[in-house]
Amino acid sequence: MIEFLFSHPIASALLALLLLGAAFGAVLGFGAISFKVEGDPIVDQINAILPQTQCGQCGYPGCKPYAEAIANGDAINKCPPGGDAGIHALADLLDVEPIALDDEHGVEDVRKVAYIREAECIGCTKCIQACPVDAILGAAKQMHTVIVSECTGCDLCVEPCPVDCIDMLPVETGTRAWSWNLPDAHQNPADIIASDRDKPRAA
Amino acid sequence: MLTKILQTLSPATAISPVQPERYSPSIMRMRKIWDIHGGIHPPENKTQSLGERIRQAGIPAQLILPLSQHIGAAAVPIVKVGDQILKGQCIARAEGLVSVPVHAPSSGCVVAIENRPIPHPSGLDDLCIVIDTDGHDRWRERNPVENFASCDKQTLLGIIRDAGIAGMGGAGFPTGFKLNVRDAREIDTLVLNGTECEPYITSDHALMRERAEEIAEGIAILAQLLQPREILLGVEDNKLDVVAGLQSALQAHDFNALSQRDCIVEVVTFPTKYPSGGEKQLIEILTGKQVPSGRLPADLGIVCQNLGTAVAIADAVLRDIPLISRITTITGEAVDRPCNLEVLLGTPVEYLLQQCGFRAGENNRLVMGGPMMGFALLDTRVPVIKTSNCILAPTEAELPKPPAAQPCIRCGFCAEACPASLLPQQLYWFAQGKELEKLEQHNIADCIECGACSYVCPSNIPLVQYYRAAKAEIRERDRDMQQAEYAKQRFDARQERLQRLEQEKQAARKARQAKAAARSKQSGDADPKAAAVAAALARVEAKKVEAKKAQAANSAEDDPVQRALLKRKAQQQAEAADPQAALQQKVDSAKARLEKAETRLADAQAENSEHLAAFEAAVQKGREKLAAAEQALAQPKEKSTDQPASN
Repeated sequence: MIEFLFSHPIASALLALLLLGAAFGAVLGFGAISFKVEGDPIVDQINAILPQTQCGQCGYPGCKPYAEAIANGDAINKCPPGGDAGIHALADLLDVEPIALDDEHGVEDVRKVAYIREAECIGCTKCIQACPVDAILGAAKQMHTVIVSECTGCDLCVEPCPVDCIDMLPVETGTRAWSWNLPDAHQNPADIIASDRDKPRAA
Repeated sequence: MLTKILQTLSPATAISPVQPERYSPSIMRMRKIWDIHGGIHPPENKTQSLGERIRQAGIPAQLILPLSQHIGAAAVPIVKVGDQILKGQCIARAEGLVSVPVHAPSSGCVVAIENRPIPHPSGLDDLCIVIDTDGHDRWRERNPVENFASCDKQTLLGIIRDAGIAGMGGAGFPTGFKLNVRDAREIDTLVLNGTECEPYITSDHALMRERAEEIAEGIAILAQLLQPREILLGVEDNKLDVVAGLQSALQAHDFNALSQRDCIVEVVTFPTKYPSGGEKQLIEILTGKQVPSGRLPADLGIVCQNLGTAVAIADAVLRDIPLISRITTITGEAVDRPCNLEVLLGTPVEYLLQQCGFRAGENNRLVMGGPMMGFALLDTRVPVIKTSNCILAPTEAELPKPPAAQPCIRCGFCAEACPASLLPQQLYWFAQGKELEKLEQHNIADCIECGACSYVCPSNIPLVQYYRAAKAEIRERDRDMQQAEYAKQRFDARQERLQRLEQEKQAARKARQAKAAARSKQSGDADPKAAAVAAALARVEAKKVEAKKAQAANSAEDDPVQRALLKRKAQQQAEAADPQAALQQKVDSAKARLEKAETRLADAQAENSEHLAAFEAAVQKGREKLAAAEQALAQPKEKSTDQPASN
């Protein structure tokens, strides 16, 4: 046998490769079974980037289903609440080019929360059933109200309301929510040479 | 390099112009001081406002008190519009732990609780309590503490909290919360910040010059509260005139007794440099210890307080004066008489400017705070609040508009100037590209927004504004992520609940189906059994009725109510055992009663009784009841047609 291998180097090389392939194949096969990961880790990562408003504007019943769809190759620009920042984060994660938000699914808007005009509420519980995050409090024939801190602003409660008493109002920006803006780079045309300016530079 | 010079040159009190010999050795000790990284030396411009002593600003016609003059939750009003209030009365209570109450700075009447312009970089309005003063300045009843040395920690902290004291150096952190150090954490060093490193501002300088006794009282109370091993009063060497006064004022207190151990009390002077007044910077200068990123000085056993805060504490504890006034510097070339005023909180800025001869025409913008860290006021009606240490009214020549920003040339001056040893130009690039993770990796959270980098930048880039915006963005992102996580949890919980309910519904449906199937299987032989049971029950009932009749006939004293109750009970039991049989029984008993009533009616007719009508009605009722019972029996049969009639 050994003599045969020595005398036929090509055959022995092929044999060696075959054996190596079989051995690694067995290891990989074993690993695939014993270290099998339940669920798709990429779905969780995508889901972590999605804003969890559960608004369904992407056409899927919630953020998780959309995350699964993205993992299966759906477009990443169907999430208006996530906006441009969300698309960029997804593009970074999936290593694809960022694309503009698909207008078909809505436009990026300021953060809003639902308010129930409580005097008009008839207590039908329809909005409670529609709320994906249980942010509406109430009982049959009792007035309902939105827990503002829990509301994701998905506006799914607006449509089912038979008396149309739910408003989507932008979140107030008081002095606490206020923040500095980035300086406007275009306001000071700094990229022209000083001598090209119309006016001399202020001392 | 500078550190070395410092070490050789400046053993704290050695450069003090006064060399008093009567001071105890602990105060005369030579002390080593350290240098901080970076820093700048902008023109100080402090002498203008130091010409006069502190003046009282007086009582304006209207006081505007924002509910949010500090860091933390806004206070909650406890007065109504129209209420008459006294000086020092609490008008808004603290909301939660990190909050402070607000007190009325003078007596008068609450005329409004509404949104008014407040001193805030946003220029936005916020909720304020507006008081029309009556000019009498009548105090509420005051109960000062007789001997603070006998007070325990919680009592003193309670007084400080109730007095509405927030850090008066500029940030406005609730002092009661800051001083409430956990018992396990021993405080070694109490640092008093008399640095006042920012140009123009002299309110602390004036305080040290004229109110050294009150400062010493405040320090004594802090010593009693924290029991430190050493108390260091940091003063920049441009204020050497106050050192002697402070030292002699400190002599009046026995700090060893107050802190219950050997306590070193020292007024430490060090070279003037901006921003050595930052909390972490001052701690490094005085102790050589660097407070790690993301940690508090208390973690190193150090507590730092502003001198103005110490005075406020002394007023609160010893005189029961809550925080209702402060010293504010009014300065700049657009005012005729720059000075320090003792101002009631809520006094409109325009009222103060009038007193100092403000020339509005020459002023280009109004700044609250200093030229480095202050912000522009858009409205002169805004009030002075707990953190307003300076109002700067410069002329255009004095503080010109910043020239247009030019591209960064990567000169690195900003990195040399940064007192927190950060890399400002890197942060600038990342802030432009909104690379928040990179910003965090480069410790943007440690930026104290002192403005030293912007000051040295040859391209005039407003660097600090980039950092402020980036910090806000990071905060916003963190908040959004937290909210998203929370929403996800709630969504998942809801999905789980819906799934569970659906499963329960399915299970119940299956159980019902199985039951029905079992019943239909048994239906063949169930019929005679049920009939037998019903017959047996009917017999038992008949027997009972017989027995009771006999009993009733025999014993007249038997209570009919009791009987009825017993009967009802028996019926209920039977009904519970087998509803079908019970219905059948009802029919039977109704039939029996009807027959009885009919015989009675016949008897009555035969006798021609006077109760004929009543018997007729009884028969009628009996018929109705029988019909109802029969219907009730028939109904379930109709519903499930496969179930045979039980009789």
